[in-house]
Amino acid sequence: MNAVELLERMLLIRAYEERVAELQKQGPFPSTCSSQGQEASAVGLMAALRPQDRILTNHRSAGHLLARGADPGRILAEVMGKAAGYCQGKSGSLHISVKELGVVLTSTIVGGELSMAPGVALAMKMRREPGVVACIFGDGAACEGIFHEALNLASAWRLPILFVCENNQWQAYVRRQETMLTEHVSDWAKGYPMPARTVDGNDVGAVLDAAQAAVASIEAGEGPYLLETWTWRQRGHYSGDDEAHITAEERAPWLERDPIQRLRQHLLHEGLLDAAGAQALQARARARIDAAVAFAQEAPWPQPAQLLTDVYA
Amino acid sequence: MKSLTAQQALHEALREEMARDDAVLLMGEGMATLRPDLVETFGAERVRNTPLSEAAIAGCAVGASAMGLRPVIDLLYAPFFTYAMDALVNSAGKLRYMSGGQFSFPLVALAQTGAGWGVGAQHSHNLEAWFVHSPGLKVVMPSTPADVKGLLKSAIRDDNPVVFLLDMTLGFTPGEVAEEPEAALVPLGQAAVRRAGRDVTLVSYAKSVGTCLQAAEALAGEGVEAEVIDLRSLKPLDLDTVLRSVRRTGRLVVVHEAGPLCGVGAEVACAVAERAFDALKAPVRRVTSADVPTPASFALEQVFVPQAGQVVAVVQELMGTKAPAAA
Repeated sequence: MNAVELLERMLLIRAYEERVAELQKQGPFPSTCSSQGQEASAVGLMAALRPQDRILTNHRSAGHLLARGADPGRILAEVMGKAAGYCQGKSGSLHISVKELGVVLTSTIVGGELSMAPGVALAMKMRREPGVVACIFGDGAACEGIFHEALNLASAWRLPILFVCENNQWQAYVRRQETMLTEHVSDWAKGYPMPARTVDGNDVGAVLDAAQAAVASIEAGEGPYLLETWTWRQRGHYSGDDEAHITAEERAPWLERDPIQRLRQHLLHEGLLDAAGAQALQARARARIDAAVAFAQEAPWPQPAQLLTDVYA
Repeated sequence: MKSLTAQQALHEALREEMARDDAVLLMGEGMATLRPDLVETFGAERVRNTPLSEAAIAGCAVGASAMGLRPVIDLLYAPFFTYAMDALVNSAGKLRYMSGGQFSFPLVALAQTGAGWGVGAQHSHNLEAWFVHSPGLKVVMPSTPADVKGLLKSAIRDDNPVVFLLDMTLGFTPGEVAEEPEAALVPLGQAAVRRAGRDVTLVSYAKSVGTCLQAAEALAGEGVEAEVIDLRSLKPLDLDTVLRSVRRTGRLVVVHEAGPLCGVGAEVACAVAERAFDALKAPVRRVTSADVPTPASFALEQVFVPQAGQVVAVVQELMGTKAPAAA
C-alpha cells in the first residue's frame, strides 16, 4: 500500500468520525467512542496485516474496522441499530465484529479482547494455520489484571499474538500519568519476557514499519510481541462528553502532530500529491461517508422476532 | 453397566470425548498434572496445565471456542469462577447474540461446589443461580456418576457454553454407569424422576437429591408417597416434568443447598404458581441453606446444609399430619 492510499484510508476514518459527531450534535443518534486522532495507528497496523491474520479490538474500533476494509455503510447501520449492520443491530458501536474480515471478537469490557486473544491464537497454532492475532487495546486496559495474565499466558505458550497498545494518554476520564508510574506500557513486556517497542503512533509509516517488523518477529518464532503506538485521543471518552476535562495546553501540541496533517504535508512536500489531489481525496472520503449515512438511515430496523434469535447456537 | 465414582465418570467422559473429537481441548490448573494418562494418549498440546489465572483460562476458552475448538476448562472450585465472570458471562454468554450470530462458543467450564468438606465459603459457594440468570449459558449440576458422565459428554458436544458444577461430596460416591460410550449420553435439559409418588413433589438437584430420597423413604414409613425429581440441568430447566408431577400431587417442595434468594427454587416455585396454581392443595415450600456464607465448621455446615428431617417436617406440614411450627 503506498502513502497516498494510506492517507486515503485515514481520511475515510476522519470523515466517518466527523460525520458521526455532526449527527450526534444534530439529533437523536447513539453515542460512540471516537477514534479521531488515532487514524495513523489503525491504518499503519492494518496495512501490515494480511488476510490470514485475525483481529480482536475494543470499543474505540471504527478506525480499525474501516482500515481493515469494512463497509462504512454497514458500520453505520450497526451503530444505528439497523438489521443491515454487521451484527444485525445487536452490537451497536461498541462491540462490532466482522468475521469475514478476520475481526473475530470485539469486547467493550476494557481488557475483554486481551482475555480472548490467547484462545484465538492457540486455536490457530494448534491447527497450524498461518497468520498472527492482532489484539488492540488502550493504556487503560493495560491497567487491568487481564493484561498481565494474557501476556504471561501468551509468552508461556509462545502464542502468535501481536499485542497493540494504542496509548492515547487517556483512560476514560483519567490521565495515564495518574495511574501508571511507567511512562510506556511497552516497559511492562520485559518481565514476561516479550519483545516490545514504542512507536510514534501519529506517524503512519512508522506504525506500518514497526507492525511489519513485529509480525516478522512473531513468525520467526520469537513469541508474542507488544507494540505500543504513542498517540492521542482528540475527542472526549465518549460522544456525550463536553470535553472540558481536556485542557487547551495539552490539546495544542497534539493537534500540531495530527496524523493526517502530517502525512498530507509530507506527501505535498515530497511531490507525491498536489493540492488538487489532496482535495479530491478528501472529497472522495466525505462522499463515501455521505453514501454510507444514506444507506444506514434508509436501512430497515430489525424485526421484533429478532429479539430472541442467536442467543443459543 | 459398571461401577464408577463421579470423579472416575468425569474422567471417562473427558477421555471418550477427546477420542471422539480432535477439537476437544483440556485446560486448567493441574489439568495435565492430574490427568497424565490423557496427556499420554492425546498429547500435551491438547491437555494443558495453565497459570493460576482463572480470567485468562476462561478467556482463552472463549477465544478458542470461537475458532471452532471445544475447550473444557477446570477452574477447580465454584468461587474461583468469580475471577472468570467477564469471560463466561460477558463474552461466552453474550457475544453470539451481540455479533448477530457470527460466532458460537462450544466450551465447558468445570468446577466443584457445595458444602461438606469444611473448606469454607471461598471454596464452597453454590452460585449456580448466577449463571442461570446469565443469557447464553447453560448450567448443569448432576447428582449421580451416570449423569456426570452422560451430561458432561453432552455438554462437550453442545455448541453453547456450559457451566458444569459437581457437588464435592458426590465425587467419590460410586454408581452404575453404562459401558458403551454412546449409551452413556444424557441430554441436557431433561429432569429425571428418581422416585415416583402421588402425595407430594420434591424437586431438587445435586446432593440435595439424596436428601430428598432419604426424606421420601422416611415419609413412606408414614404412608406418604413423595415423588423425587432431579432437575440435572438448571438451564435449560425442564419445567414440564415438574409441572406434570405437581398437577398430580398438588404439593411442591423445592430443596437445594444454595441460598433461597432469587434461586432455582424461587424460579420453580414461581413457574408452578403461574402455570399450575389450580392444582395446588397447599402452599409451595422451599428447604434451602440460609443466606449466609458456607461455614467451615463441620457442626455449622450440618446446620447450613438442608437435612432430610427438615424436608420430612415440611412435607408433614403440607399434608396436615403435623401442626405448623411457630414462626
